[in-house]
Amino acid sequence: MAFLELKNVSKSFGTSSVLKDINLSIEKGEFVAIVGFSGAGKSTLINLITGLLKPDSGTATLNDLEITGPGPDRGVVFQNYSLLPWLSVFENILLAVDEVNRNWSPAKKREHVEKYIAMVNLTPARDKRPSELSGGMRQRVSVARALAMNPQILLLDEPLSALDALTRATLQDEISRIWQEDKKTVVMITNDPDEGIYLADRIIPLTAGPSATLGPSFVVKIPRPRDRKAINHDLHFKQLRRDVIEFMLNSRHDRHVSLTKKLVLPDIEPEDLSLPRSIVNRRTRPLRKSEIKEETVEVE
Amino acid sequence: MNDSFLKKIDWLILPLIGFVAALGLWALVSQTVSKELPSPSKTWSESRDYVLKPFEKRGEMDQGILRFTWYSLILVAKGYAIALIIGTPIGFMLGLSKTFTKAFDPIIQILRPVSPLAWLPLGLVLFLGAGRNASELGALFTIAVCAMWPTVLNTAVGVRSIPQDYLNVAKVLKLSRTKTLFKVLIPATLPYMFTGFRLSLGIAWLVIVAAEMLTGRPGVGGFLWQEYNALNYSRIILCIITIGVVGFVLDRLMSVVERRFKTA
Repeated sequence: MAFLELKNVSKSFGTSSVLKDINLSIEKGEFVAIVGFSGAGKSTLINLITGLLKPDSGTATLNDLEITGPGPDRGVVFQNYSLLPWLSVFENILLAVDEVNRNWSPAKKREHVEKYIAMVNLTPARDKRPSELSGGMRQRVSVARALAMNPQILLLDEPLSALDALTRATLQDEISRIWQEDKKTVVMITNDPDEGIYLADRIIPLTAGPSATLGPSFVVKIPRPRDRKAINHDLHFKQLRRDVIEFMLNSRHDRHVSLTKKLVLPDIEPEDLSLPRSIVNRRTRPLRKSEIKEETVEVE
Repeated sequence: MNDSFLKKIDWLILPLIGFVAALGLWALVSQTVSKELPSPSKTWSESRDYVLKPFEKRGEMDQGILRFTWYSLILVAKGYAIALIIGTPIGFMLGLSKTFTKAFDPIIQILRPVSPLAWLPLGLVLFLGAGRNASELGALFTIAVCAMWPTVLNTAVGVRSIPQDYLNVAKVLKLSRTKTLFKVLIPATLPYMFTGFRLSLGIAWLVIVAAEMLTGRPGVGGFLWQEYNALNYSRIILCIITIGVVGFVLDRLMSVVERRFKTA
């Protein structure tokens, strides 16, 4: 049995089906990236794993235990950082550490928090509030908070998509480094295939919604540590990128949306202006209903 | 004309013009429409003692204006504290629980518009058994009941508008109920709560005058009513001005505190 396993999981909101027949199994220590279009249901998928949402059908298990709600065994890094603005960097992380390790001494908790602040290179910003930090720094705090809980699995929900390209690259390197240091199981959601391939052992595309489902998994065989510059010339990297993108684009082309247009042909007839117009009885012709024509168009 | 001069016009001269115009209108009305209305100069000469010796105590109902203000402020502080202590938890419950809202929102909406003048007799009846303290307890009850609503409603709105992100954090970290309350819910609601606190303080100060007038307690409102009965109309005006200025200062103070928490 795999470490994290989703079996035939479906989720819909109201009448719109978001995810359908999701099957995913992740081994311990693996770094898996899930790539998808925006709006495809990526966040819904990660929320099913965090336990913030419950699947309509199917099961989600972690370590053979069914996921019934959120818990500190799964560390989450949200897309919008989700730091508490009234707490400093230190306090934000301490809040998480406090909750997981209640019986630790204050000194030990403190030391633990400091260690993770140092891990993401934020020691100088230790006492700053989130509003005083840049987007990249905030996301690092969020990563440190998730890691400091020492979770069994780290869930990254588009952690870098709100950042500029350069910060993004730096943080990718940092995530890669941290992952190699303590080999946590990681599930990362992203909208960037390059990012997925650069970081992950396996990349799985999510088809376009509605009723999105996971495609085949592509194994990334590029040895670590990976070199950002060299990787661009790696044939395997290029091939993978092509395959993933092609799969995703094809998944979108599978769906045709048909649109029915109603055309109203109104009752207008040419009028002979040379005839004298009667004011009392304007209408001389019988009243005819507007003609309605229906037309169906296929939209890509 | 330079910039600083223009600013002086804005901040100093224009408000001054406003005050002078109001004084002029007052003087005009006292000369023409109602001869009974004391003119500004008569008001000053008759209430001089109270202003220039603001803390003097000559008798129970004959004290310096700031001394009266002090009595009123103490009573307001007590009533206001009761209002916040009761109002904030009710607001939290309204914000957190739909069931609680459905059960109690209608009754709150009905009690909210009731005037302090209507509550006060009920307050006095309620504490009849307290004997000598009945008037103070009745006044406190009235202040608390009237001043509570803005705190209740603003807190409820604040709790309802906490971003889902923060709640998700609390859930993912599995924070305990008390920790969620103190580390997430209260800090996130604080700006709304303070808006409510400020409005409540305004109302508490409004109510004090009515409460003192009806109970005859020493204070700005009590003094006002006594001077009306004693036909010293100019001191009514003194009281009105005092009440206005104190209310204004309280509001400014609260908005400073409020701003302090808004940035957090």
